[in-house]
Amino acid sequence: MAAKKHRIRISKDECKGCRRCIPACPKKLISVGKEINIQGYLAVVAENPFDCIGCGSCFHQCPEPGAITIFEIEE
Amino acid sequence: MQYNQRLLLKGNEAAVYGALLAGCDCFFGYPITPASEVAHTAARLFPKLKRTFIQAESEIGAINMVIGAVASGRRAMTGSSGLGISLKQEGVSYLAAYEMPAVIIDVTRGGPGLGNIGPEQADYFQLVKGGGHGSYHCLVLTPNSVQEMCDFTVKAFDLAEKYRMPAYVMADGVIGQMMESVQLPDPRPYTYDPEWKMGRIVDGKANYITSIYMEYDDLEALNRRLQAKYREIERAEQCAEEFMTEDAELVIAAYGICSRIAKGAVSELRAQGIKAGLIRPQMVFPFPTNSFEKLLSNGKAKVVMSLEMSAGQMIEDVKLALNCKLPVELFNRMGGNVPSCAEVCEAAKRIYKEYVK
Amino acid sequence: MSTEKVKFGRSKVFFDPFERRPGPIKTNMHYCPGCGHGILHKLIAEAIEYYGIQENTVFIAPVGCAVFAYYYFNCGSISVPHGRAPAVGTGASRATPEKYVISYQGDGDLAAIGFNEFIQAANRGERMSVFFVNNSNYGMTGGQMAPTTLPNQVTMTSPYGRNVETDGYPVKVCELVNALEAPVYIERVALTGTANIIKARKAVFKAIENLRDRKGFSLVEALSPCPVNLKMTAEQVNEFIDTKMTKYFPLGMLRDRSAETPAGKVPEAPVRDPEDVKQLLFTAKEGSGEGPATVNNSEIFNEERRIRVSGFGGQGILSLGHTLADMARLRHFNVSWMPSYGPEQRGGSASCAVILSRKAIPSPLVDSCDLLIAMTRAALDKFGYQLKDDGILIYDTSAMEKPAVKPGQKVFGLDALAIANRIGNAKCANSAVLGALAAILGKFALTPEDAADYRKVFTEAITESFRKKPQVVEQNIAAFNAGCDEMSSQLV
Repeated sequence: MAAKKHRIRISKDECKGCRRCIPACPKKLISVGKEINIQGYLAVVAENPFDCIGCGSCFHQCPEPGAITIFEIEE
Repeated sequence: MQYNQRLLLKGNEAAVYGALLAGCDCFFGYPITPASEVAHTAARLFPKLKRTFIQAESEIGAINMVIGAVASGRRAMTGSSGLGISLKQEGVSYLAAYEMPAVIIDVTRGGPGLGNIGPEQADYFQLVKGGGHGSYHCLVLTPNSVQEMCDFTVKAFDLAEKYRMPAYVMADGVIGQMMESVQLPDPRPYTYDPEWKMGRIVDGKANYITSIYMEYDDLEALNRRLQAKYREIERAEQCAEEFMTEDAELVIAAYGICSRIAKGAVSELRAQGIKAGLIRPQMVFPFPTNSFEKLLSNGKAKVVMSLEMSAGQMIEDVKLALNCKLPVELFNRMGGNVPSCAEVCEAAKRIYKEYVK
Repeated sequence: MSTEKVKFGRSKVFFDPFERRPGPIKTNMHYCPGCGHGILHKLIAEAIEYYGIQENTVFIAPVGCAVFAYYYFNCGSISVPHGRAPAVGTGASRATPEKYVISYQGDGDLAAIGFNEFIQAANRGERMSVFFVNNSNYGMTGGQMAPTTLPNQVTMTSPYGRNVETDGYPVKVCELVNALEAPVYIERVALTGTANIIKARKAVFKAIENLRDRKGFSLVEALSPCPVNLKMTAEQVNEFIDTKMTKYFPLGMLRDRSAETPAGKVPEAPVRDPEDVKQLLFTAKEGSGEGPATVNNSEIFNEERRIRVSGFGGQGILSLGHTLADMARLRHFNVSWMPSYGPEQRGGSASCAVILSRKAIPSPLVDSCDLLIAMTRAALDKFGYQLKDDGILIYDTSAMEKPAVKPGQKVFGLDALAIANRIGNAKCANSAVLGALAAILGKFALTPEDAADYRKVFTEAITESFRKKPQVVEQNIAAFNAGCDEMSSQLV
């Protein structure tokens, strides 16, 4: 069975830009974005969301309930 | 089974009997003289009905346990005396803001400070005028017999639930400690399940209870709603005994143990040819302003004497009720002293001579 | 065709959106960026969901940044006075034992203003789980010193650093709780790096599992980032916690007795059937002797009668008065009984006043009496002046010489204690006095019918008082009879 694939989704407007998720990601997928969001924060982005390995570290580091969602992809 | 419902009880015991008959599930308290038998009786009786009794770590703990039980949709009460009530005031302010019912027995004692364990009525201000922070009132029932300790505790639960606010039963050391025979009422069938209790699920959302309103307009709206409720209570719930007031030229205002002494004094004064009467507030919030207004409309009364075991606290409400249209004099004892019938008569005659003839 | 399913996402225990939160933002919590509250909220929500207890969970929100927890958790919630969450939680847990109570508190709430409520609830082993957020400062009020502020740490109210000489050392909450017997589970975790958060998640799950299994009191202390008040970045605050805070507040499990603690049962519901309530509070009609036929008609009681009973603590002074009052109740008098109360009753002098009347009794206090019972010389000295000019004095002959009285007063002596000792129960002396009183009233005051009834009503009252101790009833009746006989022989 092939390794499962995952996707990370960062909800830009729910991010408060605290950056706790950035060092948490073992794949270094998350970085500071360029856009100020609706709340006035510089939100983080994941440039390559399908490179996510689904470990959940960033989700648990994130203080917001729904700013980060990790999906498991079933082929 | 046939029962004898007439028992010889202490005032403090009768309050707990009343609470159980009214369907109270939980008692949380801390011992203090002269209210300790409230806790003793609750400790003995509540567990027999598998209801909750906890000796709390403090008065503060006790009133907050009441908050927890009441928020959970149960009837709960506590009991204490003067300085213990002072400690509870934070919790009572929250209860007022939550708009939750609770019953608090206050068997008052001498103050300020540690004072002593003798009877006083100097908790009037802290019970009637709010006591804690914020603009709020509590219902305050003032029994003058052991029978009323029972009956008024039942009524305190009824009114507290009707208006969703805390209710005090304000006794004094004498009423709490004395024994009289009491005709106990029948227990009520239990149907209590308030719609506002926390955790009740409405449209998929669990109820919450709070007293914090960050928006100024929201907090003002709460305050306006509370004040409207208090005005409605003042309209609908005044409660006083009027004794020989129709033709009275001198009217004594007294509640609690003072009112019994005053009643004896009125009979004594009448026997001596002095037209005396008594207004006995059975509740002091709402204050029975109607009874005092009646004195003005009937025009016979020349002076009112407020008889109190404090430095004169109720007298302010008597003056407000009379709108300064009749002179109001104070006769009081303090420090645990209870006025005797003879000294009340003497004071009344002195005042009568000054204002009537 | 591929499908996606959420592996890590917003818990269903949270509202979505946060309608209760005022203002335009309904998707986020109100906490500052990088705050540990959100991290811990998510772990708790995940655990509540995992153990399936959402519907019956009660979340007690503190005063502090987490005061608005009810914006987020779709559980029964209440925001309570500062520091009082464990007391409110106690009330909720005892009143509704089917509920699962969470007390969520910060360091000011739990370790300062509410420490007593907290430690006492822990000591009682209340059925609740407490989540304690230790961020080393007061967050909501703007970064003041907390009980958990580290030595030399600068805050708004320790601008020169916490001085342990004047401010004391930081309070180690878990260690203090670990000194108590009752708590089941105690662990300190840190909401910093991923490894620590995984440990924190495990601890939170254990505390919620214990809650579900009704295993008593669990405490999880979370060292928690407060980057805004500490003026640090996310990485700096993690480092502060991991290197400085943990030095003072070591991480780890201090106690886990979950395995050996049996799952608790929901206690029985309160008894509310009116018949059961009646059975407890009322006395059975049978044997109470109260009926319309038995009414005292003696003229002596046409006036209100006042009785003072006095002696020292332990002589049964209060119960003597109580029996008299109860006899009066059984014969349909209005009656009052008023004790001296307070420290007096625990040694030293004791007294009580009994009034019986066919009319309403104005005041239960007695300053002049028709009958004075004095069991000590000191009692007579104290209350002798209260006896009316035509009053009756009964004294204990073992305590004093026959006292001088005014011409109109009657005086009777009785060695009540000797009688009681003969019966074999010194506590019956008061019944001997009542027996003597029966003889005196029978001779001077009562109608023959009422004199005959006196013994009967005494028996009824004493039987009701000692319903469950027939031997004590017998002894008291014997003492009564002996007292009555001895006084009768004096009166011949």
